Amino acid sequence: MKQIDISDEYAENITRVEELAYELRINEVMTENVFSLEPDLKMEEALDIFQDKRFSGAPVTEHDKVIGILSIEDLIHALRENRMDATVRDFMTANPTTVRGSDPVVEALKTFALTKFGRLPVMDKDGNLIGILTKGDISNGLLSALQRDYHAEELIRYRASHLFEDIVSGRTSLILRYDIRKGDFIRGGNASSKIKRALLRLGASPQIARRCGIAVYEAEMNLIIHTDHGGTLRVEIEPHKITMEAYDDGPGIEDVELAMKAGYSTATHEIREMGFGAGMGLVNIKRCVDEMRLVSSIERGTNLYMIIYLNDSEQPSED
Amino acid sequence: MNLSELITLTKGNLLTKKPSDDCEISGAMGADLMSDVLASIKPEAVLLTGLCNPQVVRTATIADIRAIVFVRGKYPDPDTVLLANEENIPLIITDLGLFEACGILYQAGLPSYELKSQEDSVL
Repeated sequence: MKQIDISDEYAENITRVEELAYELRINEVMTENVFSLEPDLKMEEALDIFQDKRFSGAPVTEHDKVIGILSIEDLIHALRENRMDATVRDFMTANPTTVRGSDPVVEALKTFALTKFGRLPVMDKDGNLIGILTKGDISNGLLSALQRDYHAEELIRYRASHLFEDIVSGRTSLILRYDIRKGDFIRGGNASSKIKRALLRLGASPQIARRCGIAVYEAEMNLIIHTDHGGTLRVEIEPHKITMEAYDDGPGIEDVELAMKAGYSTATHEIREMGFGAGMGLVNIKRCVDEMRLVSSIERGTNLYMIIYLNDSEQPSED
Repeated sequence: MNLSELITLTKGNLLTKKPSDDCEISGAMGADLMSDVLASIKPEAVLLTGLCNPQVVRTATIADIRAIVFVRGKYPDPDTVLLANEENIPLIITDLGLFEACGILYQAGLPSYELKSQEDSVL
């Protein structure tokens, strides 16, 4: 089991990074301002430059065009043959494989895998050298992209959670509204997921977000299943409480007391097949919220109010 | 229990991409009625179910469910898989029946994360 763990974890990371490898462009991760060598430079001089500037490779250009690439290996090669007075042109890899700066990083990864080159000159669309790319550049680029993603989410969360502190008024509240269509089972729960995510971003505890999520999800499914034309979900978020409301224009509930009983349901067989209509919706809601009020009439439709208090001291005592 | 152990034990296949965070599963519940799941499942559980529609994934998002196992070789529709990938909820399919899959996981030491009565609170 342990070995599988490691390889799975490894695979997970690859998957995330792979996504980024498609999003990031080569010109975002490459090293710019490349130092390039003249082809007629002596290998001796190239060695000095490499030592001085701590290079492990550099492109060779002639009339502004890349004609080759010289690596440390080429220098070793020349040293072995004792031909340090030969020119760079004699030892460089001519006509090297290049990549386009506007291509996704994954293209460069493929090229690295296919060619076994350690570095690739990066060209713009006109064939001019704009940078050089090593596998190290890609690793660094991916790591900083991962860090940027992380910070971006942190920032959103931070800004959202300080919303109520930053904006001062006599009574500040944030209202979210969602129109729910009758019979829209495919998107059913979509609004509730968004509400839950919003609450978490606003700094609600996972427990509060879960309670609100369950209550509002059951209410959303009720609008989808039981109404004539769907209805509206309205969530008002205040620093001390969350008020959720689900309302529709019909057909209304004949016997509210009966509807509140665990297991009582008017749902059709089709709806039960979909996993709903067990007669637990309103019961679930009641258990999740601090206050619940169901008002319904055949003429006006149904209004369901649900309140969750965020501060324990303001919570009314259990009845 | 982690996701790969869960897949091995249920002889299952993962239908979604690998989740981005380490997916530690603390318990399990088996049910087909989503209202029952919402009422009774504790957070961080795996849900074993024969229901294959997107509502299962929605329920998972709302109720902090870590993974879903579809039993009896039932294959969810593409909408369900799409949504699961969006919400980062791993989906697993197995040919095992609900009872057997639950039994295997229970025997492997995974506790029940289903509340025994309505008086208990998941919240």
